[in-house]
Amino acid sequence: MSNAPVDAGRRRFLTWTTSVVGGVGAAFAAVPFISSWTPSAKARAAGAPVEVDISKVEPGQLIRVEWRGKPVWVVNRPQAVLDNLEQIGDKLADPDSSEPQQPPYTVNTHRSIKPQLFVGVGLCTHLGCSPTYLPGSFAEQVQGVEYGFFCPCHGSKFDMAGRVFSGVPAQLNLAVPPHQYLDDSTILVGVDQEA
Amino acid sequence: MKALISWIDDRIPMTKTWEKHISKYPAPKNFNFWYFFGSLAMLVLVNQLLTGIWLTMHYNPTAEGAFASVEYIMRDVPWGWLLRYMHSTGASAFFVVVYLHMYRGLIYGSYQKPRELLWLFGMLIFLVLMAEAFMGYILPWGQMSYWGAQVIISLFGAIPVIGDDLTLWIRGDYVVSGATLNRFFALHVVALPLVLVMLVFLHIIALHEVGSNNPDGIEIKKNKDANGWPKDGIPFHPYYSVKDIVGVVGFLFFFCFVIFFMPDGGGYFLEKPNFEIANPLKTPEHIAPVWYFTPFYAILRAIPDKLGGVIMMGLSILVLFILPWLDRCKVKSWRYRSMLHRINIAQFIVCFIILGVLGVLPPTEGRTLLAQITTFGYFAFFVLLWFYSKNEATKPLPERLTK
Repeated sequence: MSNAPVDAGRRRFLTWTTSVVGGVGAAFAAVPFISSWTPSAKARAAGAPVEVDISKVEPGQLIRVEWRGKPVWVVNRPQAVLDNLEQIGDKLADPDSSEPQQPPYTVNTHRSIKPQLFVGVGLCTHLGCSPTYLPGSFAEQVQGVEYGFFCPCHGSKFDMAGRVFSGVPAQLNLAVPPHQYLDDSTILVGVDQEA
Repeated sequence: MKALISWIDDRIPMTKTWEKHISKYPAPKNFNFWYFFGSLAMLVLVNQLLTGIWLTMHYNPTAEGAFASVEYIMRDVPWGWLLRYMHSTGASAFFVVVYLHMYRGLIYGSYQKPRELLWLFGMLIFLVLMAEAFMGYILPWGQMSYWGAQVIISLFGAIPVIGDDLTLWIRGDYVVSGATLNRFFALHVVALPLVLVMLVFLHIIALHEVGSNNPDGIEIKKNKDANGWPKDGIPFHPYYSVKDIVGVVGFLFFFCFVIFFMPDGGGYFLEKPNFEIANPLKTPEHIAPVWYFTPFYAILRAIPDKLGGVIMMGLSILVLFILPWLDRCKVKSWRYRSMLHRINIAQFIVCFIILGVLGVLPPTEGRTLLAQITTFGYFAFFVLLWFYSKNEATKPLPERLTK
């Protein structure tokens, strides 16, 4: 043991530097633990794009495909429904799709690349339930609108372009996934259309 | 025997600990009915740990196998049905006793100085318990497990900027999936029980440091006899250990009735859609959380804005944490506090129960309005308390415990 007097300043400095270095070490050691919770390579592979054959979707029909485990709706909208979309803007929370719920190439009234064919993620933007498609019987929910989507969980309502009606729990329009047309009868969900 | 005890006592404070916490712990002599629920919560905790460990011996924590393994436990494992029903009923029983325990603390002012930290540990236990119950409900991988998880995890998505990445990180996949199930299993059976047991330990140590409150809300430590023993205190053992056994018998009567005659609790302890395997492409008609979450869920739904709803729901729990500092009155028990305080507590309890009922029902316009009114009442309790408690007209406190 040395009998040299205690240098308090030096001791404090060493305590602090040791703590800081130790703290940095602990922070780096936390990285693998936190990162291990992010999607694994397998989950990311399963999130790959999906091809959908749209040649057999009749007017008024909705088909569901699974992309990243989410239900993606492909709906062939009759002309009457498309006309109706233009007239109900005042009942909607975001009729012009100003919120970033869709890729830029679907910012239009019908929120799609081709007017007839709507492609959307079928999960309510409130709390992620899957709304029910009400073809022809939606007028019970919103007067004068025959087609729409009604969420059974908390009563949110969406029109046939996935636009949310105002005054319901959901605030955002249904998401439109990135997608593109490979040819007239096939779309690819999960990859953006090239500009 | 004596030699063995003294051999141990020389090496670890066994007798000292027994005396400090059990045989010579002075408890107020006027504990009533409401004082059963602390020890009952411990009993249920032991039940959950034991049955939980035994369930993990047969359970398969994968998206492919979880639902089938629960059916396997129910049908093929000898007494597996009983273990599972004890565990699932225990979850609801846990919340029953904890809510009653919290109510006791509320009416007798057991959260007030010097028991603030005791209350905080208790609130942390409540929080961990909610996480534990939520994650446990995912494990059977039924429809309600799946969609309940979907709803609750997406609450984090309401947080601006980081919300989407945070939900992705919690799920470990783009949707609730086997990855989510696996991590929740790990948290449910290892991480959170460890935290819970540690918090219960701290809760009891903190209690025994400051001493138990009582229905009169006066400190028995202020009146001690020549030996330093509180005049109004009786040793926890044998007086309250025996009393608590009576509580245990009464509790087990109800507990066993549910296990044997209505193990799904009428669809409230185990919801009907959960007897169907999780299907990510089909939402059940009506998603309601298990009953013990419904008051907070009703608050969430009452606010017509997602982020606002999440914030209010979070606040409704957080505000309970700061209760010891919101109540500025020096008198603890509602027996000696103003009529205003009693009415305030009563309206708070009524609002809480109405919110609980609304939370299991599908929303309609009228119900949403009622939920908004009762949400207001819930928060009004705390705001009013802060204002009137500073200069509250209280009754004179007795010197000694009454009865």
